[in-house]
Amino acid sequence: MRVGLYILKRLAQAVPVVLAIVAVNFILLKLIPGDLADVIAGEGGSATPEYVAMLKQQFGLDQPDYVQFYRYLVSMLSLNLGYSFRYNMSVLTLIWDRLPATLLLLLTSIGIALALGVVAGVTASRKRGGIVDQGVTLFSSLIFAMPTFWVGLLAIVLFSVHLRWLPVGGMTTTGAIHPGPFALLGDIARHLVLPATTLALSYVALYARMTRSAMLEVQDLDYVRTARAKGVPQRLVVFRHALRNAILPIVTLTGLQLGSILGGSIVIETVYSWPGLGRLAFEAVGARDVNLLLGLFFFSSVLVILMNLVVDLVYAALDPRIELEG
Amino acid sequence: MPPQNDRSRSRGRSGVLSRRGLLLTGLAASAAATLRSGGIAAKVSGGTLQAAIWPAPSTFLTAVDVNSSVTLVAPNIIEGLLAYGDGMELRPSLAEHWAASPDGLSITFKLRPNVRWHDGKPFTSRDVKYSLLEVWKKIHPRGRSVFAVVDAVETPDDHTAIFKLSRPSLVVSHALTAVEAPVLPAHLYEGKDVLTNPHNLQPVGTGAFRFRQLRQGEFLELERNSDYWDEGRPYLDRIVFRFLPDAATRSAALEAGEVQFAPWSPVPIADVARLKDNASLIVERRGYQWEAAYFRAEFNLRNPILADVRVRRAFAHAINREGLADTVWYGLVKPATGPVVSTSQRYYTADVPRYAFDPAAAKSLLDEAGHKAGASGQRFSLNLLFQPLNDNFRVTAEYIKQNLRAVGIDAKIVATDMAGYIRRVFAEYDFDVNIGQMANFLDPEIGMPRQFLSNAATKGIPWVNASGYGNPEVDALIQAARVEPDEARRADLFKQLQRRIQTDLPVLPLFELGHFSVHGKAVTGFNTSPDGVTTSLKNVRFST
Repeated sequence: MRVGLYILKRLAQAVPVVLAIVAVNFILLKLIPGDLADVIAGEGGSATPEYVAMLKQQFGLDQPDYVQFYRYLVSMLSLNLGYSFRYNMSVLTLIWDRLPATLLLLLTSIGIALALGVVAGVTASRKRGGIVDQGVTLFSSLIFAMPTFWVGLLAIVLFSVHLRWLPVGGMTTTGAIHPGPFALLGDIARHLVLPATTLALSYVALYARMTRSAMLEVQDLDYVRTARAKGVPQRLVVFRHALRNAILPIVTLTGLQLGSILGGSIVIETVYSWPGLGRLAFEAVGARDVNLLLGLFFFSSVLVILMNLVVDLVYAALDPRIELEG
Repeated sequence: MPPQNDRSRSRGRSGVLSRRGLLLTGLAASAAATLRSGGIAAKVSGGTLQAAIWPAPSTFLTAVDVNSSVTLVAPNIIEGLLAYGDGMELRPSLAEHWAASPDGLSITFKLRPNVRWHDGKPFTSRDVKYSLLEVWKKIHPRGRSVFAVVDAVETPDDHTAIFKLSRPSLVVSHALTAVEAPVLPAHLYEGKDVLTNPHNLQPVGTGAFRFRQLRQGEFLELERNSDYWDEGRPYLDRIVFRFLPDAATRSAALEAGEVQFAPWSPVPIADVARLKDNASLIVERRGYQWEAAYFRAEFNLRNPILADVRVRRAFAHAINREGLADTVWYGLVKPATGPVVSTSQRYYTADVPRYAFDPAAAKSLLDEAGHKAGASGQRFSLNLLFQPLNDNFRVTAEYIKQNLRAVGIDAKIVATDMAGYIRRVFAEYDFDVNIGQMANFLDPEIGMPRQFLSNAATKGIPWVNASGYGNPEVDALIQAARVEPDEARRADLFKQLQRRIQTDLPVLPLFELGHFSVHGKAVTGFNTSPDGVTTSLKNVRFST
């Protein structure tokens, strides 16, 4: 009951925040020079004043900014995120179409990164300065320093062009007819290997470094020493006593990364032609597709707020000293 | 092996093999095996062509959006009345015959009979009339000016359309291709808003391929139109256009054999030499002459320094066009002599004022114009904007900056995105030198007036005269070319225009821009005519 009330309070607080975000986004987008009519007229290679005027009227860009904002707000309050004139379809449909691809990529890569990063961090922290610790530090620094697009392209050259083990890009084999759902899932999994692993690599470095330092901080504290003195097996000391306390910053990092659904995977989605939201947002910026961008930012801000809430709830569950206060 | 038409296909629509189909398949297979054993490549019908394109088309209507992907995909579905042959001669498409009246005020088109739209309805002159009056004239970004001279369309019967012109105009029949004048089904468009018509995304045309599905962010799939009027075409069963946004990934997809065709300079220019060496790929440079594009530096004549023609000529001497073509563009482009490219043979002339790479001459001209070098060697500074189309445009700007520095001009490069670039150059005129490409298209009357007419500068309209240039002699030449019915005299007017522009230099032509496609060696039949890349892939097929 107390948790339910806390969630309700937090959600109520989120409403003005989201509205403020929408307003700020609208103003920022209007400050950028150029609009969708400029882009479409520009792509044509030539245009007449009547053509540009027709586009502006069609897109509602001939109206004053405040009228455009008012119209957008009214339509948003009725859960209509508007129409993308670039894609000729509703913004909500576009977002829902692309969301599964991004979620699949992001959750898989964060899952891989969490598993590898936490194990590597814990292992490295057990013998500070030892060969494993130095190896993990070196490896994570190297991985972190390598640009994701470069790693992605190298992986394509090796695994797709030379070895021909994995596809170059996309989410499924285009034009293929899948005899059943398992064949389709298998096809998606094959396409997912390279982008998810490449994206995970950059996260692994972060998780490993953070886990290592958090573990080093807690392993000399009294309660860990007490557990050891009581004869608790080393495995339990590490995972039940030390890691449980060290995991809080990792939870925060995971929450932040899940919230950054748009920015986190733009490069990977572009290099691997993955049909996700990050690429959609990037293309929408170039096209000045204001309706689509506002929709994406709205969606993203709601996600960040929700992920923050989830992180706070997980914090309280993991650490009994933390109390939920609205 | 002769091309197989639809009736000889082994697989029926139901996907079940018929006995006759099996027999033909067996015969075809044994024939192919024989040809292979003899070392001769056999061309076969059927199969799926995987192509890589970017950007993804947001519509299939070239009357709304004429970006490269739309013009590549749409002609497979929607056709025009005429097409171009290898020598730029007009050829029939949906119109079988056409003839202009002696006074040039009407053009009569005899339409191909027995043509059906993909939904089974017959194609008639009503479709042509609707398309011209409601779409080409009112909506198409270029059609608005090209077809402004057409006052009416008479349709005495289902297979005759007569264009009534207010004055003679050769450009009208030059612009009746699928891209410039797509013929739409009147029964699906009439009485509805063209821009929001759902058939813009689920097109119904008369073309060799039908629309099958569009997966946003992934691919577009077309399938063979078995009812196509051109007997035996198309050869392919399906075309899948994959949307691959990264140029390096497109290179990899071609090398891995995942895609067999990628048009519009699809790979990083530094990869071209490697792909040329690939035994299974072909780099094809033909098929783009229709664009007649050249790369140029446009001067803002509102800047008093650049208003002096001696300064503009100094720029012409200072920039090493050969070096630019050979290094930044890996020899894939050719230095330009003027604002009309040499592949536009009918209109091009090399007999124009030329400016050799000569930094000493540039310095001397700058001195003469009163811009003496200071103690640091610098004379003046200005900003240099470039079209943000691809990375090579940025590198070109950097190369020019170095050339200019050598003669004492400090050019500050300004980076923008496309929307910002258009707004800054064409709406705010906030630039000194603007570099990028400009296209004249199949007929310079489409591309040149907007660049050089004194009244072409309309604030906020992209790809028009942004320099502020105006010369009554140039205006008169353009107007004369517009109404000149004699082709030879008209070509001569465009040649005079080139000489005048090269004298005044409101823009400095740098090099002729050529695009290229990459395709698998096992795929043949790509149209290499001047507008090949904007035409149907109906003749494309695999060889074994």
